[in-house]
Amino acid sequence: MGARFALAGGRQGWIRTVLTAVGVGLGVAVLLLAASVPHVLQQRDARGDARSGGVSEEEVKRSSTSVLMGSAFTTFHGRDIEGHTLQAEGKHPKLPPGVEVLPGPGEMVVSPALGKLLDQDGSRELAHRLDGRVVGTIGDEGLLGPGELAVYLGSDQLRPGENAQRFDRFGVPSDKEPLGPALLLIVVVACVVLVLPVAVFIGTAVRFGSERRDQRLAALRLVGADAAMTHRMVAGESLVGAGLGLLLGGGFFLLGRSLVGHIRVFDLSVFPSDVTPAPLIAALIVVGVPVLAVGVAQSAMRALAVEPLGVLREAVPRPRRLWWRLLPPACGLLLLLPLSGRLADAPLTGRFAVSKTQISAGVVLLLSGVALLLPWLVERLVGRLRGGLPSWQLAVRRLQLSSGSATRAVSGITIAVAGAVALQMLFSAADPAAAGERGEREKPAAEAESHGWRDAQLRGAPTQHQVGTLVDALRRTEGVRDAVGFLEVSLSLKSDPAQMASAAVADCATLRRLARIGSCRDGDVFLPPPQDGDEADEDVVTPKPGTRFTLRESGKGAPEWTVPASAREVRATPRAAAESSAGVLATPGAIDADALELPWLNGWVRMDKGRPEVTERVRSAVFRVDPGFSIADPADPEDEVLSKAVDTYDSVRRGIFAGATAVLLLIGASMIVSMLEQLRERRRQLAVLVAFGTRRATLGASVLWQTAVPVLLGLGLAAVFGWGLGWVLLRIIGEPMAGWTSFVPIAGVGAGVIAVVTLASLPALWRLMRPDGLRTE
Amino acid sequence: MTAAALLTAEGLRKSYGATAALDGADFSIAAGEIVAVMGPSGSGKSTLLHCLAGIVPPDAGTVRYRGREVSAMSDAQRSALRRADFGFVFQFGQLVPELTCLENAALPVRLAGASRKEAEGRAREWLRRLEVDDVRHHRPGQVSGGQGQRVAIARALAPSPRVVFADEPTGALDSLNGERVLELLTEAARESRAAVVLVTHEARVAAYSDREVVVRDGRARDLAGAS
Amino acid sequence: MSISHTLLGLLETGPRHGYDLKQTFDQKFGHDRPLHYGQVYSTMSRLLKNGLVEVEGIEPGGGPERKRYAITDAGITDVAQWLARPEKPEPYLQNTLYTKVVLALLTGRDAGELLDTQRSEHLRLMRELTRRKTEGDLADQLICDHALFHLEADLRWLETAAARLDRLAEAVRA
Repeated sequence: MGARFALAGGRQGWIRTVLTAVGVGLGVAVLLLAASVPHVLQQRDARGDARSGGVSEEEVKRSSTSVLMGSAFTTFHGRDIEGHTLQAEGKHPKLPPGVEVLPGPGEMVVSPALGKLLDQDGSRELAHRLDGRVVGTIGDEGLLGPGELAVYLGSDQLRPGENAQRFDRFGVPSDKEPLGPALLLIVVVACVVLVLPVAVFIGTAVRFGSERRDQRLAALRLVGADAAMTHRMVAGESLVGAGLGLLLGGGFFLLGRSLVGHIRVFDLSVFPSDVTPAPLIAALIVVGVPVLAVGVAQSAMRALAVEPLGVLREAVPRPRRLWWRLLPPACGLLLLLPLSGRLADAPLTGRFAVSKTQISAGVVLLLSGVALLLPWLVERLVGRLRGGLPSWQLAVRRLQLSSGSATRAVSGITIAVAGAVALQMLFSAADPAAAGERGEREKPAAEAESHGWRDAQLRGAPTQHQVGTLVDALRRTEGVRDAVGFLEVSLSLKSDPAQMASAAVADCATLRRLARIGSCRDGDVFLPPPQDGDEADEDVVTPKPGTRFTLRESGKGAPEWTVPASAREVRATPRAAAESSAGVLATPGAIDADALELPWLNGWVRMDKGRPEVTERVRSAVFRVDPGFSIADPADPEDEVLSKAVDTYDSVRRGIFAGATAVLLLIGASMIVSMLEQLRERRRQLAVLVAFGTRRATLGASVLWQTAVPVLLGLGLAAVFGWGLGWVLLRIIGEPMAGWTSFVPIAGVGAGVIAVVTLASLPALWRLMRPDGLRTE
Repeated sequence: MTAAALLTAEGLRKSYGATAALDGADFSIAAGEIVAVMGPSGSGKSTLLHCLAGIVPPDAGTVRYRGREVSAMSDAQRSALRRADFGFVFQFGQLVPELTCLENAALPVRLAGASRKEAEGRAREWLRRLEVDDVRHHRPGQVSGGQGQRVAIARALAPSPRVVFADEPTGALDSLNGERVLELLTEAARESRAAVVLVTHEARVAAYSDREVVVRDGRARDLAGAS
Repeated sequence: MSISHTLLGLLETGPRHGYDLKQTFDQKFGHDRPLHYGQVYSTMSRLLKNGLVEVEGIEPGGGPERKRYAITDAGITDVAQWLARPEKPEPYLQNTLYTKVVLALLTGRDAGELLDTQRSEHLRLMRELTRRKTEGDLADQLICDHALFHLEADLRWLETAAARLDRLAEAVRA
């Protein structure tokens, strides 16, 4: 009967069912997408592992199948390009996944996205950098996502152990680095924070249009249905809505999945085929949503007596009680507080030594407190409001009479915001830790900036010849004011190999850039005294004339080198002091360049930061000398491990912000629906108010207040709970309280939702304000 | 009569879709006059009222209020006119359910820009005259239909309008209550020299007027000359 | 109600014999009280005397009276005046009003205007009664209310009649 009602209840019933189904469908789609995240990550990791060069215990021997692979990572306008150089050592080289033909020297294989990028007009500099002949396309199995920029360059310049590694197979066993505890905590909280509001949203969607339905129920009671029957009918009706919602949700999900391949967020893209929900969670959704729907519908009937002659709401609703609303958050707090300090050690890299269930349950309970306390708070605060402008008075009085429906939708926002605030605080606390390590590196960059220059550091595994080529190439590059490059090498103390010093090897002209050396001839050696921070390092020795070093780390008979007696002590230039900690400056004639083991490239480039594209031109120049060279632009520091951690944090943070925004928009949509419903019900009153000459602005403002008051109260409560949750979570990872203002951006989004809901209601309001409403039917 | 006319209309035409609600209606009312607009339902009475009050712009014809052409005003100007010079009483659904009776009655005065205190003072005065001062803190849902209608009349009269438009003001009331409400309305209007346009299909309601106009098939017929 | 005006009005639709007049009158207006022949002839002679009708001819054949009456111009004016003059509002007016409406329809006059005029007259009286009621004591109020309710019933009938004029016109002319 209820089911028939839902489907054949005339136009009104039909609209109501569709609204519910669409609302539930949106919620279900979001849940399914969320449930797919683990699979997406797993597939990405699996493909990432599969294309890594296989590492074995023993050294890989040169064979007919072995290949050399080197790094050719580069960046173009902020987008990372995953590049590798490949060089076959035999006739049947192993190939990385997705690559069918090994590119020869001057050839390359690119991912579809990179191919497209190269064809674009604005990519001339990149095409200049990656100028190989494209001989193939990397297949999906060799890419993390459809939008990934990747390239394999053919080469004949690779030297195993220096700028390349030898492999005879691809693919490493999955040794996924577990997320750091702080990050895992964040992910757990994020899931709770994003899923709870969606559940609230579904609960709201199930109640769409229930007022009209209640009137129909009353009509049914008049023709003889009893109270139990009406309850069954409501259950049936909500089941149909939820069922249709599930179907629609599946549809939305498939639609979103097919679209996902075209979207690139935070430089990440996902293959649609990877978006598969975890079966257990999917089953939980399929069962849970209808159960939730029926539960919500039944509980909504509680405060309602459907009598034959009409629907009676409790005339004077009981004032809401406070005490039981405080229980869940208190329990949550009790679950979380004992964990204080448990993850205090190494929040970024340590092990997650705490029950995930306990944390999740604690977070859920604490956050649910927001949703429970909000109705009470709104009722209490709004009940005290008085007076004000007519628009304010209309809105406040409306809220006083029915604060429940107003707060229901908002509670979803509130949970999302409270969670987002807590998360932002976690980030703010974790970020300075990372930033601290970054700080030293950024200093010279800051100085350089102030002079109108931008510096970039050079890195790589070069030969002496390459350094010269590189510096020449850089100096010829438009927009480069200065380029200095030199080899650096590590020296072990002969008497104690654990004691090291590093030496810079370069011609006199270059050495003059590194220190005030005075006269210089090939064969000279200079000794800059140790710099401030280096003295503290026990493992660094200060070379003196006569100090004996070995040039290779291991093996007897390693070539030795003694600091000549003629070595003079000199003062390093500030720039060199910032970039290099070399204790020895040697001309090529003073040290056997061929004997140097694993030298590295050091140096810097000064660019005119006002010139457009100068960074890209410099990158190209460096890349063309050797793709393995990299250039670190201090404007975006690329210290590998650290910057990866920072990147992950940034992308998770942005992801959470995007998720919270999406949830807020979803809830905004449901608020629009209920606002429109409410306006429709009041069309006659609106028409009368218009007859009185009420300004549009007054009624518009009233709608604005009506949305804004609960949302603002909700945001305030959310900030308090967010701070509370953030405080508890920070205690767990042993960080001090930080990020008090972290609610600002998400509160901004909340304010945006208020604006959107109001704006979206206005056309309907204007339409309803036409005097047609005065006409009696 | 035209010399003293406060509000006049000539040749009003108004269609809703294909149906013509007004088809060349004329009307005029003098200051302090109470004119009943009669006619069967669907004849266009309410549309005539809406056009006269500047709620709905007519498709053709002119409405003049104190020499100004209402039908040529902008929506905002007409709203301002309604706030300042007109009052309205309808059959039902007119009080804002969330506001108390006092706040409802004070609303138009506040909309016209008066302070809350002043508006509620004036509203209180009218509630007293209409014998509903005792329910001023109740909400409309908590008072009887007759009391609600009196509150509505107090609301219409509180801004001291020059014209009160009443559309079936007693339609939802029993005859005794209806008559009392009408007595109060007409009495109050006469005292404050407000003109009343009283739309009704009931002769006994129309009997409270000075003159009646019959609307039939979208044409208004002034019967003053016949009596 | 005025029988002379009614018969006169019937004559306006065309000359008739006295017998014809009685038949038509009975059929259209005299449902429960048929007209006596004597009434017809005495009325006709009075109208003849006043110059409102004339004898158009006498048919040959039996019967004492075979006169064929026709309305004069003065008679038409008299009918018009009668129709335009509202009746004094009083209870049980519908016979007269119905007769007037039917005659107006039969003679091609505006029956709607007739009804409006009558309504205006009713309202005038109702207004007076209402004023007396609001100023008078309880007894006055009750008396006035009685009259008001009756007048209102009449007026409602007028409304209904006015709304059905088209259909009535068809029936009457049939």
